[in-house]
Amino acid sequence: MSDPRTALQGAHFAGDVTVTDAGLIGMISIRGDQSDSGFRTAIRHVTGHDVPDQREMRGDATGGLAWMSPDDLMLFCGHAQANIMADRLTAALGDTRNMVTVLSDARAVIRLHGASVRDVLAKGAPVDLAPGKFEPGSIRRTRLGQVAVAFWLTGQDSAELVCFRSVAGFVFDWLSVAAAHGASVAYHAKPLT
Amino acid sequence: MLRLTCPYCGVTGEETEFHPGGEAHLTRSGPGATDEAFRDYLFQRRNPRGVHFERWHHQYGCGKWFHAARCTLTLEVFGTYTAQTAVIPEHIIDAIQSRRPDWRPEA
Ligand SMILES: [Zn+2]
Repeated sequence: MSDPRTALQGAHFAGDVTVTDAGLIGMISIRGDQSDSGFRTAIRHVTGHDVPDQREMRGDATGGLAWMSPDDLMLFCGHAQANIMADRLTAALGDTRNMVTVLSDARAVIRLHGASVRDVLAKGAPVDLAPGKFEPGSIRRTRLGQVAVAFWLTGQDSAELVCFRSVAGFVFDWLSVAAAHGASVAYHAKPLT
Repeated sequence: MLRLTCPYCGVTGEETEFHPGGEAHLTRSGPGATDEAFRDYLFQRRNPRGVHFERWHHQYGCGKWFHAARCTLTLEVFGTYTAQTAVIPEHIIDAIQSRRPDWRPEA
């Protein structure tokens, strides 16, 4: 086995908002009928999370379950546990219609931290990020610049973002420019002095 | 700028988050069809100035295809509905007629 590596290899940028490679994270796509009681029971039993409602994020990238579409969930877990979790999910889902796919190494996760985190995301995503409109507990799949991403707030000054591995460098650079000192737009947050 | 509401994930987004998929509710003409019917299925499209039905893809969002009814003249969106819909739903027709009283669905 080759050693697992993130696309960003620990990259870190410190601007008004810090942009940081979240490191190795297990990610599992779970497709199936979310209204099916057998599906819901199996998900709860194996992941410890109830099936999230529409656009709901339960937990975070260290351990969580995200609503990706009406037939797609994304489980976040330890990178080394992903294959074991996937096997347990497949076993528990049994005959219910499902597809469990480990995507850990096909995605990258980036952490953002700083008071103007809403502004940094809002520069590139056509999403209303105003307090009250977008809050922790919700996931939003959208674009950042010209590439697909999904993000969620983990607090009022922090967020996590997932993108395809192939564009991780682009997204990291993009966020770093948007978060650089002197680039604050002070729309949702006051600038750092 | 169009703002569309995806019926699958409930997101109301602006059009750059979506991708247009052309005219909706086409009748597929395949093997056994006349050459003329097949030609029309492949190439002939309405291009109305006014009420139009389209397919859209939530490309940067949940990845689902859906239907939208909108006005090509004003960009007003009358409503969106799921792809698993072969005929235009009654509530969409009502929404259009509340804004365009003279409009009638084509037979
Ligand atoms: Zn959607």
